[in-house]
Amino acid sequence: MSEPQKTKISVRHLDFFYGSNKALIDINLEIPENQVTAFIGPSGCGKSTLLRVFNRMYSLYPGQRATGEVLLDGEDILAPGMDVNMLRAKIGMVFQKPTPFPMSIYDNIAFGIKLYEKLRKVEMDERVEQALRHAALWEEVKDKLKTSGLGLSGGQQQRLCIARAVAVKPEVILLDEPTSALDPIATLKIEELVSELRNQFTILIVTHNMQQAARVSDYTAFMYMGEMVEFDSTHQLFTNPGKKQTEDYITGRYG
Amino acid sequence: MDKEPHISQRFDEELHEVHALVLAMGGVVEEQITNAIKALQESDAELAREVIGRDHEVNGYEVRIEEECINILATRQPAASDLRLVMTLIKTIADLERMGDKASKIADMALAMGHGARNDNPAFLRDVGVMADYALNMLRRAMDALARADAEEAIAVAKGDEVLNQEYRSALRRLITYMMEDPRTITPAIDALFIAKAIERIGDHARNICEYVIYLAKGKSVRHLPLDEVEQSIQGK
Repeated sequence: MSEPQKTKISVRHLDFFYGSNKALIDINLEIPENQVTAFIGPSGCGKSTLLRVFNRMYSLYPGQRATGEVLLDGEDILAPGMDVNMLRAKIGMVFQKPTPFPMSIYDNIAFGIKLYEKLRKVEMDERVEQALRHAALWEEVKDKLKTSGLGLSGGQQQRLCIARAVAVKPEVILLDEPTSALDPIATLKIEELVSELRNQFTILIVTHNMQQAARVSDYTAFMYMGEMVEFDSTHQLFTNPGKKQTEDYITGRYG
Repeated sequence: MDKEPHISQRFDEELHEVHALVLAMGGVVEEQITNAIKALQESDAELAREVIGRDHEVNGYEVRIEEECINILATRQPAASDLRLVMTLIKTIADLERMGDKASKIADMALAMGHGARNDNPAFLRDVGVMADYALNMLRRAMDALARADAEEAIAVAKGDEVLNQEYRSALRRLITYMMEDPRTITPAIDALFIAKAIERIGDHARNICEYVIYLAKGKSVRHLPLDEVEQSIQGK
């Protein structure tokens, strides 16, 4: 952690509004490349909102807007000219509840790839296998690729979603409470997966589980009431946070 | 520490409980050392035996506190200052236990030296008395610093350890002189030397505790750093 990290995403003076309600207040943040950054904070602190800014998810909803700059490799993704489809190919997302498409396991993965690339059958087979291996799911599903993705267990479905996100070769993966609907074993598998993927992707994870943030992330951001209270290496933040608010939150003193 | 209560009241109680136990253990160790030195100076065999008999009490504290700390780690997953407190307590009791052993060792020596005219030269034990007072003062202040998570006091106490080390070195020189002058003093002088060494070690343990207290208060590990650097680094924060 001593070497200076290359910044993947720079957030500068970001404000976010749900209608007239300001949900993020002047967020400034440098997210290092190929590291895991966790976002923690009480419900409503804006951490999921912030995550949704990174792939412009919010622009699906009228009345939601962001001001300021979010630079992905130096390019402002909030700029009006930004191609949102290309952005979402670069920045994949996995949600709280597993959301497999109602189609076969194979097609769940192939679907996204087809949006961006034309591949021959063999190449596609290879990509699907690679993605499933990446998500540590291959061994469990290789004999039933043609069966529905909905037939998998919750943990497997979530890993299928991660495989789907990884398949289009994104640069950044957003995980929005990816394990909150899973049992402890499935949770550990996802955490394991995150550690394995960390060197190839920049991973941003929102989690309510502070221990999870402590376990999987290299950096942690603590947010409260729409503000970025503290951002530091996970080790520092969990052993000796700089701000009293952070200390109170991670030690369970928030009334 | 002026901390707000945890949402879980039980967690607060657990931390307070274990913290209080460590301070109580410190009190027992202090008593043990005081009595061991007294037994030595007054050739009080009964008191020496009492000290040796009470060592298991110190050990019992260590076992119990360690268990409580493990329980807190397992069930509460403490973070930040809570985590530092638990780690500090776990490490502190190991040093306290070692100090207890030293007290018991000194009591052993008191018993051994009690009979015969082996300690008829009071000069041997004069150094020991001065050193013991100093070491006990260090221990008392270290435990006080722990009770208040007071890094400034901890540094002041840790710095004092050097004085004790010097005392030990000059005691050593004096004892060597006796031994060279009169070989018959070798046995009692060596006994006195072992005792002086034990007391010097008690000072080291008190210093260790002070270093944990600095970690507790400032979140920086200062083990194996020169104290001037420690002082600068925590003031720089």
